[in-house]
Amino acid sequence: MPLNIRTYHDLTEPDRSGLAEQIGAQRRRVAERLAVVARVVAVMSGKGGVGKSFVTAQLARALARMGRAAGVLDADLNGPTAPRLLRLPVASCTLHDGVVEPAVSPEGVRCFSMGLLLEDGRPLAFRGPAAESFVWRGALEATALRELLADVAWGPLDVLLVDLPPGMQRLAELAELLPAPPAVLTVTIPTPESRDAVRRAMHAARAGGSELVGILENMVGGEFVGSAGEELATEFGIPLLARLRFHPSVHEWDGLAHRVVGSA
Amino acid sequence: MKFLCVECDRQMAFEERRLPGDGTLAAAFRCPQCGRVVALLTNPMETQLVASLGVKIGGTTLPPQPLESIRGTVTTGKHDAFEESGEKGEGRGPIWSGEAQERLARVPGFVRGMVKKIYAEYAKEHGLAEITPAVMDTARSELGLEGM
Repeated sequence: MPLNIRTYHDLTEPDRSGLAEQIGAQRRRVAERLAVVARVVAVMSGKGGVGKSFVTAQLARALARMGRAAGVLDADLNGPTAPRLLRLPVASCTLHDGVVEPAVSPEGVRCFSMGLLLEDGRPLAFRGPAAESFVWRGALEATALRELLADVAWGPLDVLLVDLPPGMQRLAELAELLPAPPAVLTVTIPTPESRDAVRRAMHAARAGGSELVGILENMVGGEFVGSAGEELATEFGIPLLARLRFHPSVHEWDGLAHRVVGSA
Repeated sequence: MKFLCVECDRQMAFEERRLPGDGTLAAAFRCPQCGRVVALLTNPMETQLVASLGVKIGGTTLPPQPLESIRGTVTTGKHDAFEESGEKGEGRGPIWSGEAQERLARVPGFVRGMVKKIYAEYAKEHGLAEITPAVMDTARSELGLEGM
């Protein structure tokens, strides 16, 4: 005779573990922390090596020069570069009242990065069973991203730029953690190879509910030949915010910052 | 995660959690009707997978610490990455026995401040004036602090 077993949802008595409630509380903490952040903009590309981190840092510095309250969350947990790009002071992170204070650049950009926490030259490594670590490592990185959003005292910001690593996984995690999918600023280089990779990422971002605020073509005028920025801007119906040569001037970064604020 | 006593058709209640220290976890659940107890035993990978989500089987009673999962799991963090400043309303904490202090000193610097704070809050919540290794063991198990 088959056993009569009720299903999970049939059992309505309180569950002391409350795993779903614990997850819900985590999400609420993110939403509460970011309630004073006017706009979250993810800096994305489907391609590595196009200059996302450099663009993020320079854009944040330009926004700060404009008098905007800007923050940078370095979401490249395995290859953090924001502390050096933003010339953050080398100091311990201050903890108080359940939060950690972000580091502040000379221009006033508030930033947090795994680079502030890791020993110099050491990779991001987690305690855990070595066997099949791929099963849990992704979840731990998503949890780390959540904590960087929820536990850093970002304070009131006009823009929080999130510097994503190459690939689409981190944007998906970010969209899942935020109350609403972030706006996306896309970075490409001129080549057709970059265009094809970035196009996939842009489709994925739009399918995930993100608004594509514009595209920036980087490293123009050198060895990289093509018109990826213009082609992608036309295809997606979004503005080509800038075509930046190597070593752009402060004036060019300031112009980009104005256009990003205008489009975001 | 819920457990059903099929015989009684009653949802079982979480009873106790144990962390043997080898990466495994034991969580006991009791039927409120017949009193039968079953234990959920997870292997290190399963334990880690749940912990990776930043949740605790059996629930949690203390408020989350800032960057709790990062500090609790990253093994390549700087020993001086964090500086704890005074908390609002923080009074005198519990006394740490010599053995407890020695044990705390062996905790990596990256996570030591958080571990100290968690044990102090546990002692305060339970009205304990002194933290000893036994208190640390009990707190570790009750709070699900694997590896701390």
